[in-house]
Amino acid sequence: MSTRTQVGARINGEDTEFLCEPRQSLLEVLREGLGLTGSKEGCNNGNCGACNVIMDGSLVNSCLVLAVEAEGREIQTIEGLASGGALHPIQHAFLEGAALQCGICTPGFIMSAKALLDHEPEPTEERVRRWLAGNLCRCTGYDKIVRAVLDSSVQMRDTARSDGGRS
Amino acid sequence: MHQIEYAAPGTLAAAVALLGERRGSASILAGGTDIIVQAREGRRRPALLLDVKKIPELTSIRTAADGGLIIGAAVPCARLCAHGDVARLYPALIEAAGLIGGTAIQSRASLGGNLCNASPAADSIPALMALGAVCEIAGATGTRELPAGEMCTGPGANALREDELLVALRLPPPVANSAAAFERFTPRNEMDIAVCNCAAGVTLSADGATFISGRIALGAVGPTPLLAEEASAALAGKPVTSSTIKQIAGMAAAAARPITDMRGSAAQRRHLAEVLTRRVMERAVARAKGAQA
Repeated sequence: MSTRTQVGARINGEDTEFLCEPRQSLLEVLREGLGLTGSKEGCNNGNCGACNVIMDGSLVNSCLVLAVEAEGREIQTIEGLASGGALHPIQHAFLEGAALQCGICTPGFIMSAKALLDHEPEPTEERVRRWLAGNLCRCTGYDKIVRAVLDSSVQMRDTARSDGGRS
Repeated sequence: MHQIEYAAPGTLAAAVALLGERRGSASILAGGTDIIVQAREGRRRPALLLDVKKIPELTSIRTAADGGLIIGAAVPCARLCAHGDVARLYPALIEAAGLIGGTAIQSRASLGGNLCNASPAADSIPALMALGAVCEIAGATGTRELPAGEMCTGPGANALREDELLVALRLPPPVANSAAAFERFTPRNEMDIAVCNCAAGVTLSADGATFISGRIALGAVGPTPLLAEEASAALAGKPVTSSTIKQIAGMAAAAARPITDMRGSAAQRRHLAEVLTRRVMERAVARAKGAQA
């Protein structure tokens, strides 16, 4: 019995069509069907956050979304963050602040941070720590990650200010 | 995961018809934070996942004719917790629902899912019980209502028949001089499962000196979240004092039937039931008197 379903979603700004089985997660299809291997499979049960993507503006574990549920949705993955070869300020802050070691949790942390800063450009440290509670890192001890997110929030606000309403 | 089918009907009638056709072989998909994991791990093997997120009755928060709120069973916690009327009328519900998982889980997990998944440690269920929430259920033979406290029938088991689904949770409007509060104990502040959790709803006399009524519900201390019935009933007519609260908390803890497992011992849970009951009652009383507690 084939139950392959055609799904249309907007992924990183591009209209994308794919075929999937209803049992497949969005993570599976991103990685194996669409070659977007930036989102990582850590626990595959919603505990680690390594697969986090933004769906219609909300942070989700892509391992806990069925690919068929992506129909008509807007998905942002780590691959969509850099533009024209320039890193996103959050990516830049992670590199500058050495907020990663092995790196497998990093795409998930960066997507979580992006979802936070999209909603709240000036979070407190406590807010950042609570927001990132669903992302696990076994290398860094979190301090550098939290600092990188706070640094990027300052930098993004400065950039927005110097743009002075141009955009 | 095994092969499944997927359907996302746009109306309640279509969903109920589908459930009726597929008796017993369909599972409801709301936020998927439990069912997707369970299906992947082979703990449940539904032939069909019935996505209810396109059904307006399950995805909206509406004001009832009596001034209470009707919360769609599939409304995600993030939307619930950001809702001004929920925050104003039922802060205890936000205290509980806001603790379910981290940010990404909050985007998807729902009250209906938390209730129907029937974990003994589910955070939202004691709050729903303390608030007197009523389940609105639809099935092949029509609709029915059930107190939220009667939905769980055992660990992972609920009172729904094969042809039924939970549509919404109806919260009665808070009466004057009443309030509720919720707390849980976990070793880690976030992303953890309750060792014990507790909610209390209280109604005081107009002068704030006497308990008119109350409802105390405990989680993770029995096979289902439980209403501490004797303790709740004993509140009526008692003076609002710390010694009343201490006495009632002792009665609530006596109703606990905890087990020892990886999260805590039975003795620790019984102790927590007493401490948490005391704390939530103190906060509910302060709230009922108009304090920002």
